[in-house]
Amino acid sequence: MTNLIEIKGVTHTYRTASGPLQVLDNLNLSIPEGEFAAVVGPSGCGKSTLTRLIAGLMKPDQGEVWLHEEIVKSPRKTVGMAFQNPVLLEWRTILENVILPLEIVAPLMPRHNRVARAMELLEMVGLIGFENKRPSELSGGMRQRASLCRAIVHKPEVLIMDEPFGALDAFTREDLWQTMRDLRAKEPFTCVLITHDLRESVFLGDQVFVMSGRPGTTQYVLDVNLPADRTIDVLYTPEATDMLHLLRDQIRIAQGRNGEAH
Amino acid sequence: MLRNIAVPLAAILAFLLFWEGIVWVNSWPNYKMASPSDLPPAFWKFRWLFLEMGWQTLWRTVVGLGLAVLFGTLLGMAMGFSRTARDALYPLLVGFNAIPKATLVPVIALLFIGQHDFNTVLMAFLISFFPIAVSVGIGLSTLEPEYRDILRALGASKITIFRKIALPKTLPEFFGALKVSVTLAFIGTNLVEIVSPHGRGLGALFKSGETNGDYPLMFAVLIALAFLGIVLYYAVVALERIFAGWAERPQS
Repeated sequence: MTNLIEIKGVTHTYRTASGPLQVLDNLNLSIPEGEFAAVVGPSGCGKSTLTRLIAGLMKPDQGEVWLHEEIVKSPRKTVGMAFQNPVLLEWRTILENVILPLEIVAPLMPRHNRVARAMELLEMVGLIGFENKRPSELSGGMRQRASLCRAIVHKPEVLIMDEPFGALDAFTREDLWQTMRDLRAKEPFTCVLITHDLRESVFLGDQVFVMSGRPGTTQYVLDVNLPADRTIDVLYTPEATDMLHLLRDQIRIAQGRNGEAH
Repeated sequence: MLRNIAVPLAAILAFLLFWEGIVWVNSWPNYKMASPSDLPPAFWKFRWLFLEMGWQTLWRTVVGLGLAVLFGTLLGMAMGFSRTARDALYPLLVGFNAIPKATLVPVIALLFIGQHDFNTVLMAFLISFFPIAVSVGIGLSTLEPEYRDILRALGASKITIFRKIALPKTLPEFFGALKVSVTLAFIGTNLVEIVSPHGRGLGALFKSGETNGDYPLMFAVLIALAFLGIVLYYAVVALERIFAGWAERPQS
């Protein structure tokens, strides 16, 4: 299997007002096509920088980011992004928000095709009946669902998500995990998920990458050997519990608090 | 619906009665204070002048405001997109805005002698572009980076990002500023009209009322000015409803 995303020896330093701040140090990461990679790590370990690098929004000081056997130098149309803040455009309806990427990526696509594509996704995430509402009329969970639709409407090869469910309450979050799982069953795409939630990483991920504290590097890679059609119950099995324990220990190491009492 | 009209109407009526009453109780003569009942005859007597002068004031205010929108938006864009432009322009703008504009009337009058239309439009513009420049600048510079990133990650050009995201997102701030600016532009127009000799517009009509000792005319002009100011303000509100109505949260 070929690796869709290949990150080779990436090092990056920000120049800030209070001096240079190295966020990534020789980071290596391989994500095969169609896989779901969850990236966890302590705060400030350069996770968000990683998303911007893969999206081509910035270039690393050293090292290379490869996407589909090409070095990423600038943004490309084959990427979709979702953030913790759903960043929906308040002046557009939900439908028009979902269509937005198509206006950039496929300017010649006929309007009825765009609408059909958007409606197909809105149906998958359960937002039929809300397509003509404004974002301000929707709940946080629904807005995030719309944001996910917008991120994949142009059928990107890679979906990059930076803590997309971080601001939601626990039950809404679990609902969205299942929505995410269902979306992937119908529309295969490679996924990079940045998260602070270990349960989320185990539930959604095929692989979980643990990043070390700043400057971030790959500290540990966990293969999640759970069935693809997981339900929330899977998180309460002994296998999942063991993985969560293992990840928690890795996070503790990443935070530099190994040996500290629990 | 009836209530929405009846309540403000009753308030205006009560105000007029109070005004009429206070003049009557004090038995003030017309040269001290005109009463509301003196106004309709004054309006009727000078009806053609009111129309002509009102038009003069109106078009010069609107042209001045239009220039302020154009220039203010461009300035705001420069300040919103470039830190250097922001650092360079901000002190200049604040300093310029701090000057009471009445002091600029003689300066302008000397610079462009006799150019009454030009001077009036210039003053309406000078007094009103500042709020627009500042609000557009702040609106653009405080745009969350994620908004930019969702389009930038797709390879959208800067112009596309501005047109699809930055511009509509700053519209509520822009209209907030425009409501202030329209009032200011109106003040600027009248300032020049009243102060310049041989002026035109409602300000000049006010001045001629003063010169001729026609006090009902002066008060009638004040009412006409208030009316015109309200029309201008609500014209902006109507535009805001059309272009930035989405920013109004549904009442729950």
